[in-house]
Amino acid sequence: MTRTEPLETEPGLAELARPATRGRSWWQPHRIVLLVVSVALVMLAAATMRWDWLVEYWPQILIGVWRSVWLLVLSIVLGFLMAVPLGLAQVAGPRILALPARGFCTLIRGTPLLLQLWLLYFGVGSLFPTIPAIRQSFLWDYLRQAWPYALFTLTISFAGYEGEVMRGAFAGVPHGELEAGRAYGMSPFKLLRRIWLPRAFFRALPTLGGEIIMQLKSTPLAATITVVDVYGVIAQVRQDTYLVYAPLLFLAGIYMALTGILVLLVRVVESRVPIRGV
Amino acid sequence: MGIDWSLLALSPPGWGGVLLRGLVTSLEIAGGGYALGLAIGVGGAFGKLYGGPVTRDLLECYTTAIRAIPELVLIVLIYYAGTDAVNRLAESLGHDAVNINGLVAGIFVIGIVQGAYSTEVLRGAIKAVPFGEIEAARAYGMPSGLLLRRITLPAMLPHAIPGLANLWLIATKDTALLAVVGFTELTMATRQAGGATKDYFLFFCAAGILYLMVTLVSNQIIRVVERRARRGMREV
Repeated sequence: MTRTEPLETEPGLAELARPATRGRSWWQPHRIVLLVVSVALVMLAAATMRWDWLVEYWPQILIGVWRSVWLLVLSIVLGFLMAVPLGLAQVAGPRILALPARGFCTLIRGTPLLLQLWLLYFGVGSLFPTIPAIRQSFLWDYLRQAWPYALFTLTISFAGYEGEVMRGAFAGVPHGELEAGRAYGMSPFKLLRRIWLPRAFFRALPTLGGEIIMQLKSTPLAATITVVDVYGVIAQVRQDTYLVYAPLLFLAGIYMALTGILVLLVRVVESRVPIRGV
Repeated sequence: MGIDWSLLALSPPGWGGVLLRGLVTSLEIAGGGYALGLAIGVGGAFGKLYGGPVTRDLLECYTTAIRAIPELVLIVLIYYAGTDAVNRLAESLGHDAVNINGLVAGIFVIGIVQGAYSTEVLRGAIKAVPFGEIEAARAYGMPSGLLLRRITLPAMLPHAIPGLANLWLIATKDTALLAVVGFTELTMATRQAGGATKDYFLFFCAAGILYLMVTLVSNQIIRVVERRARRGMREV
């Protein structure tokens, strides 16, 4: 489900030709009307729908949000650690590494995340108990639970998409910079650490920001294999109370808030990138 | 453990036919949803670029909200809300509650989600068309319908195709989410087959290969379409 954000093109002349709205303040009359209407809609929803379940489920919802965030952060960190070698292998690796890396990215990007998740949880998960060695090992404690499958699937999914992004980023670092590093006698590893990786990372940053938000939107799939993240909690509420809309609308609100926070975080990180003109 | 390939046979003791029917359903929904999304996208992009302030703000709310909420939540929300709204409408008009076709509901859901992304892709593409070309057409007295058909749409197409191709691939994969609301497309059919035979691994692998084939075939077609749309343009 990861999407590539549409490329922002330069502001076309079409925009400049319109009467300029840029100088005017945000508070135009129609916006105030729209705001009033939306506040009225929220009040209507608050007044006509049932919200009493919030009191009872509040602690569980918080735990659910915490689990979602935790799934997101871990899968991003681990996935990115996998994506760097995946991208590097495709750009600079020998064929024997480049082909499997490319195949992995194609496989991940070519199949739905839900299918990957169910394949691993229902498919692979049902094979494990038939192997006695696994039942006796310490891994069994984890393999019996659902969250390791969710974390693993989200991680390889992020790695697959980001491997492709990092491939482009590594390939896009100007050749001269790498040559300069080599001319200074840097070892291949030092070159990677000092020049290639940081430059590629900064180049990939805008795309990565978008991909992280996509990853947040993929986390609720974990609820389909019984991981009780925030989506799972709301699904439970819906089952218990037979309410159709109120819990779902509340859930949409939570995700919008989380996305908003992520967008702000990404913006802060991007503004700190110490380079110009990339 | 050996692999029981006969489970994938096309006729009833095997589940191959069920899987293939699921694939066809998935493709129908993806195709229908994509087309609906494109229609919304064309309208949305023009609304955002040339519409009045209220239209523009409402469209901004639509695209922002859709892009900020997980597809899974949207699909569940729109699937239930959509069918419920139609039923209420039917009741208020004095009809009995109608049984909504799952296929139509699925197309509607995917279309609404895709529409937001299409809007952004097409808006960017239209903005990339040099304004002089549109101005020239206006100077020749072209009415706006003709202008759209002859100038804006063909000129923006090369800019839009990479984004739109990406959206098609997303549409095919998003149909899998309909399994969560219990709709029998490919992923749900696979789960049912797995549940009946306890051979989840085999069936999910088979379904994965089907999805992968859809993606790979789509990629080849996209390449041809892109080359055709970009003919006469500089290579990048």
